[in-house]
Amino acid sequence: MGMSRDEIFEKVQEVLTDALGVDDDEVTEEATLMGDLGAESIDFLDIVFRLEKAFDIKIAREDLFPAESIMNNDELVHDGKFTEKGLQELRDKMPHTDISDFEKDPDINKLGDLFTVKAIINYLEGKLQAA
Amino acid sequence: MRWIWIDKFVEFKSGEHAAAIKNVTLAEEHLHDHFPHFPVMPECLMIEAMAQTAGILVGEAKNFEEKVILAKVKKAVFFDYVRPGDTIRLDANIESLGEEAASTSGTIICGEKRIAEIELMFSHLDQNLGGKQFPEENFVFTDTFKSLLWGIRIEGKEVASGTEASE
Repeated sequence: MGMSRDEIFEKVQEVLTDALGVDDDEVTEEATLMGDLGAESIDFLDIVFRLEKAFDIKIAREDLFPAESIMNNDELVHDGKFTEKGLQELRDKMPHTDISDFEKDPDINKLGDLFTVKAIINYLEGKLQAA
Repeated sequence: MRWIWIDKFVEFKSGEHAAAIKNVTLAEEHLHDHFPHFPVMPECLMIEAMAQTAGILVGEAKNFEEKVILAKVKKAVFFDYVRPGDTIRLDANIESLGEEAASTSGTIICGEKRIAEIELMFSHLDQNLGGKQFPEENFVFTDTFKSLLWGIRIEGKEVASGTEASE
């Protein structure tokens, strides 16, 4: 399909402004979905549906947003912090996201900071190239 | 009073589209407060009526196995009032249907008049709550809602095994 990163970014911007009711200029690459843009879990589903439509591809929600099952698994998340096994699980499931900052303080409450606009663009770039 | 904001389905195409009607009457208590001497159907109840129409459409698509609940009102735009004596028609379409959620779009009209455009998102409760336990039985689709479908022609589904498909 040959979409440039800029073109992907523009489409993602449109999807996020529609789904979250925010302004264009709030959707920067570094913006976090939950912290900066106010997304909640139901919004994640809405975003996945809209991205599928916009890019004409299939996206499993767990590809972009790891399943709640990780968070409820005591081996992966213990006492509100991700264990080494949990961090490895994250690295495996979200190869398009840089978790090095998160690793310094893997507090489950900060998991939301990982979901950035950049991560979505990285994911789509990978998926579209493979198509 | 019963929490049912649609009276009858007039079209039902399984997994795709449904249309229901609702008659608005001065017998509805809340109209006397909304507003005194100027009764109009509250927009929030129109959203609920659409949620019931679209929710039953989504639920039926999976044979009422999922507990379908309204999760997000993506868009609700209103163009005109609805008054006692009006019959409104709610048309709902499934935009996407997945394991965990469904997305619908729809319109409300009164005769020729456009009343509203409403887009909703539903969540399938059991697929979404990371292990939280809910009662086994489907408490969302009570007989009150399911009975709306009894005796009507559902396109795209067999009436019963051993009979012809209702096409």
